[in-house]
Amino acid sequence: MPSTKAAARKWARDVHQVLREHEVRQVATVPDAGLIRLLEIVAGDTGMRLVTLTSEEEGIALAAGAWLGGQRSALLMQSSGVGNCINMLSLPALCGIPLLMIVTMRGEWGEFNPWQVPMGQAVRPVLAAMGVKLFPVEHEDEVGPAVAAAAGIAFNGGLQAAVLLTQRMLGAKRFADQE
Amino acid sequence: MLNRRRLVADILAERGETLLVSGLGAPSYDAAAAGDHPLNFYLWGAMGSAAMIGLGLALARPERRVLVITGDGELLMGLGALATIAAERPRNLAILVLDNEAFGETGRQAGLTGRGVALSGIAAAAGFAATLEIAGANDTSALYELLYRTPGPVLAVAKISLEPEPQVLPERDGRYPTQRFRAALLGPERATR
Repeated sequence: MPSTKAAARKWARDVHQVLREHEVRQVATVPDAGLIRLLEIVAGDTGMRLVTLTSEEEGIALAAGAWLGGQRSALLMQSSGVGNCINMLSLPALCGIPLLMIVTMRGEWGEFNPWQVPMGQAVRPVLAAMGVKLFPVEHEDEVGPAVAAAAGIAFNGGLQAAVLLTQRMLGAKRFADQE
Repeated sequence: MLNRRRLVADILAERGETLLVSGLGAPSYDAAAAGDHPLNFYLWGAMGSAAMIGLGLALARPERRVLVITGDGELLMGLGALATIAAERPRNLAILVLDNEAFGETGRQAGLTGRGVALSGIAAAAGFAATLEIAGANDTSALYELLYRTPGPVLAVAKISLEPEPQVLPERDGRYPTQRFRAALLGPERATR
């Protein structure tokens, strides 16, 4: 069975620890159920500014502004939001600005909502076409290391990287995780 | 109607240590025409990003005034940013919209602000701390007060003439201005890391 509550808390803590180690100060999001734990932890960290967006591409521009000002950021979203980001990915690509994205996937493994399938299935080719390096994760104990790898390639190389938390790992959407 | 080139030059003459983000197209040419500056970040693309770049910068450097100069079409493409910015309440962020009510770069097609869409009203309703709309040179002292001294987030709309101005092109590359900006703001050793 994927993603017990305890396991979800564990990987969320792992991600938060990696973000702290990489001195991430601005965390932007359009929330997703798969991100509940991580968003709670970030909201409780006074060293991080959690910025709630109206649409995901705003977070790419926010990351560029943060970088110009000397701060690192991360962008957390559901896979449907990737489609909103396409043209805006020109900005970090052209300017050599680091971008760390963490994407909770829908539309791939056990999806109940067919509206999630087109964009969910398009996430990898779309991001790859815009030059984003991909780090798909299928097991909870790999989440922290994957975020560390993506953060390293982004912040050390001025590149754009996305960790894809697969639906196989997260489990098909169920609202029970919200307690 | 104001002349955009003169207005931007006059505003930037008062900038002091202000950090500048200019939206794609003519606002970037206006900023470059006023005199290149290492603390200018000129956009040549990523339409709809200028205000949010301003927010990221303003949150990162709360001690510095951040000014975004952009066009009506550029702001409308990322209109949700006004809500995001209003909710974050950055006291150091100011946005100036150069509003010619048209898509000036692509053949002067009519835009939406000439048909009753009021960006200052939208910003005010979103929760901006102060907004202003000016159409003549008599109002510019209030404009300077708003952009440089009023606690933000603030937004001003300046109705400008559609008369074309000569293109003054800033650096076309993205990496050089990014690193130059960071070097000027943070010191050279942090420009690339």
